[in-house]
Amino acid sequence: MSEISNQLENLSYKAQQIANEASQLASSVVDTSGGHSDFIIFGITVLVLACFVGYYVVWSVTPALHSPLMGVTNAISSVIIVGALLAAGPIDSTISKYFGLVAVGLAAVNIFGGFVVTNRMLSMFKKKL
Amino acid sequence: MSNLTTAAYLISSVLFILSLRGLSHPSTARRGNFLGILGMTIAIVTTLANPGVLSYKEIGIAFLIGGLIGTSIAVRIQMTALPQLVAAFHSLVGLAAVFVAASAYYNPSAFNIGVVGAIPMGSLIEMSIGTAIGAVTFTGSIIAFGKLQGFVSGNPLVFKGQHFLNLLLGLGIIALIVKFCIDQNQELFWLIVAASFVIGVLLIVPIGGADMPVIVSMLNSYSGWAAAGIGFTLSNNLLIITGALVGSSGAILSYIMCKGMNRSFLNVLLGGFGGEQAASADGVKDDRQAKQGNAADAAFMMKNSKTIIIVPGYGMAVAQAQHALREMGDLLKAAGAEVRYAIHPVAGRMPGHMNVLLAEANVPYDEVLELDEINRDFSETDVAFVIGANDVTNPAAKTDKTSAIYGMPILDVENAGQVFFVKRGMASGYAGVQNELFFRDNTLMLFGDAKKVCEDIIKGLEN
Repeated sequence: MSEISNQLENLSYKAQQIANEASQLASSVVDTSGGHSDFIIFGITVLVLACFVGYYVVWSVTPALHSPLMGVTNAISSVIIVGALLAAGPIDSTISKYFGLVAVGLAAVNIFGGFVVTNRMLSMFKKKL
Repeated sequence: MSNLTTAAYLISSVLFILSLRGLSHPSTARRGNFLGILGMTIAIVTTLANPGVLSYKEIGIAFLIGGLIGTSIAVRIQMTALPQLVAAFHSLVGLAAVFVAASAYYNPSAFNIGVVGAIPMGSLIEMSIGTAIGAVTFTGSIIAFGKLQGFVSGNPLVFKGQHFLNLLLGLGIIALIVKFCIDQNQELFWLIVAASFVIGVLLIVPIGGADMPVIVSMLNSYSGWAAAGIGFTLSNNLLIITGALVGSSGAILSYIMCKGMNRSFLNVLLGGFGGEQAASADGVKDDRQAKQGNAADAAFMMKNSKTIIIVPGYGMAVAQAQHALREMGDLLKAAGAEVRYAIHPVAGRMPGHMNVLLAEANVPYDEVLELDEINRDFSETDVAFVIGANDVTNPAAKTDKTSAIYGMPILDVENAGQVFFVKRGMASGYAGVQNELFFRDNTLMLFGDAKKVCEDIIKGLEN
């Protein structure tokens, strides 16, 4: 298994090199190898647009639910677990992997804690009978 | 990243947006929370399907331990302790961001960002910024947690040259980041982490306990930006979108809180506001006498009123008086009165704190109104019942230009026919300002613990 993963790593690294060299093919190869230099501008575009979405969505949240809003945002900011899983993924034992595993645990506390406490809060809000 | 993965992450992002959208009304909020859970599940499963992720057993164990801890805390926590819980959770996001960045630094190939010692400049910049924000969020949230929980004194800790020191440290971190991006040296990486830890502490210690709603919201925002920073390192739009959502959410909440106090964000951040020093420094002797009443008087008068507005504040949370208060409200409603609740934007120790506590005590949400919705009604109200709030009812905010709280939007409680003010003693509130309301002709002070006073009034109503 570890051999395969090493090979995979090597392959993906080679693919990245090819992507950089073959600039005329960049747009199609970038998707599979993560051509980083192209991503920054694209990422900033996404960031700015998402800030606008966030601005309008959050202003529409009723003030009565601002505490649950903090609970939910707290839980979803733990989407950072995506990075933690990739870091913890390799089969071989490296310091990098252990950092990843710690991050997985920390993010999991938040995901479960955040969603459960929000659900508890929201289940208490009731309309007049 | 394959197209399928990208599509799945996009679905997650959309679900997260819809999850926040659901919070626009209590009736759709639970569905919103469910959509958030669904989005997170899709994100995790998609990542686990990544060919680079192979150590399922270890990941499963770490996930399970974290999940169990998180769930058991969330199930047990008292609703009055929500602000410190949220602060504690923020610190974990910050720390997780630091660990992910560290992991990316030691094994960049797992993230497709080159090999050790030859990480592209762009990735290094993103990585170090993500690390710094994460580290500041971590220690800052721990101090905020300590202040809210009472481990750390809620008084602002101010010393000479504080802001200069912070500036120096901030510039130092920038210099370290620049050097790190050139050298890729591991000592520099950990120096950035350490310096950010220190500045996180220094930024929060000068800020008083009651300013924590702003700080908790701000740290909420930081945890979002940290996630977005890591999103750039991973070239992952899901993290960037979610980070931006959380980041703007926290920023907007901080803005709302600051506006509720008529203070600038910078003024809150610079700190030194509130706490015991401020209260005693303003100890000008006031020889005016406030009228004092007792629970039996209050019960009698409220029983004969048609409209009552209750104004809860942090003191209600401290005394855990919300259940007794709701019981009192029920008895008054049974006696034929209209009972409503007025919430000031900065009441409590986190945004919306009072709403959650009243909901916990089974007060229907349509009886709980915001400042703009209810403020005009005080003049047509028989009784205003202030419990655990203080500065937010001080009429001096409208008239006295020298007052520390001048210009702050307040609840016009003094316009009500009769005001009952439940309070433990005559001490001034957080802003260290004497409340003019105490000396009005239509105000009657009810001294005592908030819960005890409510229970006494209940007895009076039952007779």
